[in-house]
Amino acid sequence: MKVLRPHSVDDALELYERHPDAVPLAGGTDFMVAWNGGSENGRLILDLSALASWRRIRDTPSMLRLGALVTHWQLQQETLVKKKFPLLVDACATIGGRQIQSRGTLGGNIANASPAGDTFAPLAVYDARVRLRSAAGRRKLPFMDVFAGVKKTHLRPGELIELVELDFPKKPARQFFRKVGTRSASAISKTVAAGLLWLRRDGTVRELRFALGSMAPTVRRLYSVESFLLGKKPTPRVVKEAVALLEADVDPIDDLRSTRFYRMEVSRNLLRAFLRSGS
Amino acid sequence: MTMPVSITVNGTETSHEVEPRLLLVHYLRDVIGLTGTNVGCDTSQCGSCTVLIDGLAVKSCTVLAVQGDGSDITTIEGLAKNGELHPIQQAFWDNHGLQCGFCTPGMIITATEILKKNKKATEQDVRHGLEGNICRCTGYENIVKSIVAAQSVAPAKKAGKAKKGTA
Repeated sequence: MKVLRPHSVDDALELYERHPDAVPLAGGTDFMVAWNGGSENGRLILDLSALASWRRIRDTPSMLRLGALVTHWQLQQETLVKKKFPLLVDACATIGGRQIQSRGTLGGNIANASPAGDTFAPLAVYDARVRLRSAAGRRKLPFMDVFAGVKKTHLRPGELIELVELDFPKKPARQFFRKVGTRSASAISKTVAAGLLWLRRDGTVRELRFALGSMAPTVRRLYSVESFLLGKKPTPRVVKEAVALLEADVDPIDDLRSTRFYRMEVSRNLLRAFLRSGS
Repeated sequence: MTMPVSITVNGTETSHEVEPRLLLVHYLRDVIGLTGTNVGCDTSQCGSCTVLIDGLAVKSCTVLAVQGDGSDITTIEGLAKNGELHPIQQAFWDNHGLQCGFCTPGMIITATEILKKNKKATEQDVRHGLEGNICRCTGYENIVKSIVAAQSVAPAKKAGKAKKGTA
């Protein structure tokens, strides 16, 4: 193992441009376990842990900017995050124990691109944007465009996640987060659900966003379900029809954590629970 | 090729040239000789290797020593002061909070952070806070009891020093 440990963002970007095969390391909660197991021997590491400026949470009148190295623990302490983005806080609280939350970062979670990334369903419904940086410049990707597949992103060689932008949403009528794992503590998710719902005065749906994690190679927004429900009242009959559309948007697999059958069943139940909550 | 690291451990500055692959826990145990921090699983699951990095509980088996450069670390050896046990250590002693003792340093270090963040931690808070620490002897009852009890050890002692000494 060789480690590069830049102390400034410019140095980090320059080093990554020169060594595009390096592994950018943030909290290392996933990588270091694999490395201890011997599967990542001999890798060149670009350790980002000294980049203090990427650990900050900043707000503008319209949005929150979360540095890539903000930890899952930090997100749970921040008043503005708790108030405006409670689903993200709920998700962070389910990631391992406090020791893992203290190390694991938002940027690392995204770059790692696990199908079971717990922050992804909330980031998907909050319509997050991911700002990327390389020695060549900056660019921005909508969160849903970041992932290319299991453990794969659309980040280009030499590109690092700099921060995540979240627009402050209008207060939703309902918000929902649920993680289903094998047990309540320190479990990898079988299914993660996040939902936001805004209603018109007459009780019809003004806007709905619902996302599922661990149900496909990457996080999925349920666009078919969302557009079906627009302008409708979520009556029991409508909810039933919406739940039947779920299969159009997700494609879970049988794997070591769960089965396709179980994941579909649970996801239908979660969508139903979300649409019926508060009514 | 080695890299230089400077880490403050229990208030003492330490500086060494280390291999980049050296894990923080091995820096603590093998380079500076503080063997109180145990390695249980090597995979971030058991929490035996928990230390405080800049005040936060972290599993030192999955952090590189070079990542700790410039940080301030507290291990189990740093808790007792002037020969007196830390209130949590005393509470573990009083309440028989250990069986084989292997997970104990990690449990106590994690407990210091739980109680620092939450001045009135309930049994439920403590159990939740210990999510990342496993006791292979399953001695959780007394571990949790010790940590809850430690909260009344600390202020009682201070009050005693200030004035009214309750023997």
